[in-house]
Amino acid sequence: MNRKTILITDDSTALRTMLVSIIESLGDFRIVEAANGFEALRLLPREQVDLIFTDINMPDINGLELISYLRNNPNYRHIPVVILSTEGSQSDIEKGRSLGANEYIVKPFNSADLKNIIHKYLD
Amino acid sequence: MTDDNPLLNKAIRDFLAEAEEIVEQLGSELADLADSADKGDINPDLLNSIFRGAHSLKGLAGMFGFSSVAELSHNMENLLDRLRLGKLKLDAEVIAVLFESHDVLLSLVRGLSEGTNDVAEEKISLCAARINACLDEQTRSAASPPLLEKLGLSEQVMKSLTEYEEHRLLENLSKGKHIYRVHATFDLATFDQELATISDAIKTCGEIISTLPCISSNLETNIDFDILAGSTQAFQEFSQVIRHDNATLTLLNDDGKTPAATAANAGDSVGSVSGGQKTTDIPSSQSMHPPVPDSPAAAPVSAKSISRTVRVDIGKLDELMNIVGELVLAHSSIAALVQRLRNERFSQMSVELGKSAKVLERKLTDLQKGVMDIRMIPVGQLYEKMSRIVRTISREQGKKVELRFYGADTELDKLIVEDISDPMMHIIRNAIDHGIESPEKRLAAGKDEKGVIRISSYQKGNHVVIEVEDDGGGIDIEKVKDRAQQRGLVQNPGAVSDKEALEFIFLPGFSTTDQVSEVSGRGVGMDVVRNNIAAISGMVDIETTKGLGTRFVITLPITLAIIKSLIISCAGRTYALPVTSVLESLILTGNDIKTVERREVIQLREHTLPLLRLEDFLCLNRPTDRPGEFYAVVVGVAEKRLGIVVDELLGQQDIVIKSLGEGFRRFPGIAGAADLGDQRTILVLDVGGMISDTMRSGS
Repeated sequence: MNRKTILITDDSTALRTMLVSIIESLGDFRIVEAANGFEALRLLPREQVDLIFTDINMPDINGLELISYLRNNPNYRHIPVVILSTEGSQSDIEKGRSLGANEYIVKPFNSADLKNIIHKYLD
Repeated sequence: MTDDNPLLNKAIRDFLAEAEEIVEQLGSELADLADSADKGDINPDLLNSIFRGAHSLKGLAGMFGFSSVAELSHNMENLLDRLRLGKLKLDAEVIAVLFESHDVLLSLVRGLSEGTNDVAEEKISLCAARINACLDEQTRSAASPPLLEKLGLSEQVMKSLTEYEEHRLLENLSKGKHIYRVHATFDLATFDQELATISDAIKTCGEIISTLPCISSNLETNIDFDILAGSTQAFQEFSQVIRHDNATLTLLNDDGKTPAATAANAGDSVGSVSGGQKTTDIPSSQSMHPPVPDSPAAAPVSAKSISRTVRVDIGKLDELMNIVGELVLAHSSIAALVQRLRNERFSQMSVELGKSAKVLERKLTDLQKGVMDIRMIPVGQLYEKMSRIVRTISREQGKKVELRFYGADTELDKLIVEDISDPMMHIIRNAIDHGIESPEKRLAAGKDEKGVIRISSYQKGNHVVIEVEDDGGGIDIEKVKDRAQQRGLVQNPGAVSDKEALEFIFLPGFSTTDQVSEVSGRGVGMDVVRNNIAAISGMVDIETTKGLGTRFVITLPITLAIIKSLIISCAGRTYALPVTSVLESLILTGNDIKTVERREVIQLREHTLPLLRLEDFLCLNRPTDRPGEFYAVVVGVAEKRLGIVVDELLGQQDIVIKSLGEGFRRFPGIAGAADLGDQRTILVLDVGGMISDTMRSGS
């Protein structure tokens, strides 16, 4: 079986549950969740992650710092990263892009937005 | 996105719970902010946390299509963003606007939970207008001084700073603080704990601006971090604070001079802006709290709430409970006076007084019960949290776990419910981490691939029992015994019974897993679980069957506030024992006591009852000889029994347990102190603690 694994990093349980429900409706994916940057860093060595969604505004390690680490680490450099952003965080989005994030989506996003991204990076 | 997807429905429930949590936290943090603004000392972390609350709520509400909440929190977020970036001064008007917006937000979110919607659109737009007025008045360009270049930070670091972190960095610089970079290397398996240690140390003498993870020279086993921190401490002192084997400290602004732009607003870390712009300074005497509305029309919206419930701060209930407690004590002393009057001289007056005292007693009992009922909340409130945890952890671990709840409406004192939350989480984490096997293993063992954790609660006399039961692999008792032998806890593991062996699990630092797991192995052991439960006068027991699962049984008192107690004396001192744990009392003489394996026991019907001499347990000096005839109070919590040997039984009385404070919290066997109503203060014994202590020292 060749299920792709998606990592969702966001400190909101509700948002993660929402994302999981949408992604599960889009296909058969393995989804791992991290409530903050630390959990993401802990999960990465154990999981074969194929796509990462990350929030920017998180306590301790923020999304930009996470992206910076991912892009500097040869083990994770190839994993596509999608920033989960909210409107009005333009400067943070730009920084994320320049650090090497592949995409960003602005909350509220819908299942079509997610579908496009997942197909783009996981097909 | 409104299809009938159960996961989506759960997401909406999660959203409502989370939104309410965020708004409640916003409320208390805003109050803190107002307080600190009054003192002229605003904590940037607090302000940032408030911003993050509004920011998260905006994103969430938008996702779930609740546009009013999204709009209002978006406006608040804008205002808070300016504040935290130092582009706006926090004055009384801004605080009043924040409080008002928060009120409307609270009504909106509660309305969503209760399915009502009685918040007028005008209120939301009114808030928006007031917020915009604040923004208009004080918006100014934030000139970014070229200070940052001096620090020589790499482009990578600069890019990873959020706008806010960049602002904090500038702010620290302009305050003349030293900027340090702490570069540390950690083990990948334990980095979060080690990082937390360093972060906590830094926070004692400065502010953490950013924490950047970087790749280590050994990618597979290590991870590095670059922590940027601002502090007034000089290099020497700061390096004393950091002390860590694998950390190096660099002072980034090493010119010895204080950077410019420190003059204005030195006392105000948030609202300071360089340059001579107009700022509306508030005189320190003026309160930052919003004015109290005096017209009834401005009363809080929740008063109109359809659900006819009032939310009360638990502190107020505590206060009420305390007063009831004092009343009960006052009544006890009146009752004692009546008794004395009767004993001395029988008169019509004493009879009348006795009657009145009886009426008072009955009404007091009703009052006490009434106040206690208010404090009671269903245990089910915890379950929501538990299911979230289980979902996350089981996903993380690749295990399939179903959580089943029973007896969610069993009621407990709110404070107990709060205090039991963490120990239960830990037990559940353990159950998933160590108990439930992987789906493959389960199938191989002939079990359903989905593991089940059953949480049930029920009332048992004056106690509430909560059971957490998994159908996993159970605890390997042989392994426990081996580990106990390795640690020198037992000489001959064969002689240790299984029940005794399970007690080892509750010892500090005891673990049978060779690898520290991500989930439960975070330095918190079962000893902490037991201590936390003992702190609320509860007990925890384990039963396990290899291959079939483990059951934790937590026995808790229904309330901690007022308890009936047995007053006893020993070696000339007086103590109280909670009656709820007393099973019976026996008169003994020295001849009744036998010694088995160097422990004193008596034969009580068909059982052997271990004895504990209170004087030995509390290390009391006995001024006189032991009386020839004395008492054993048989106490029991859960399945455990113990006879406490005392000199005299003085009677029963209602007492209010008062905490001895943090310093005595971990004192085994003492639950607190109580006032007897005659100006005497006595110690209240903690039966659960005494039993576990005795069992432990016995095995």
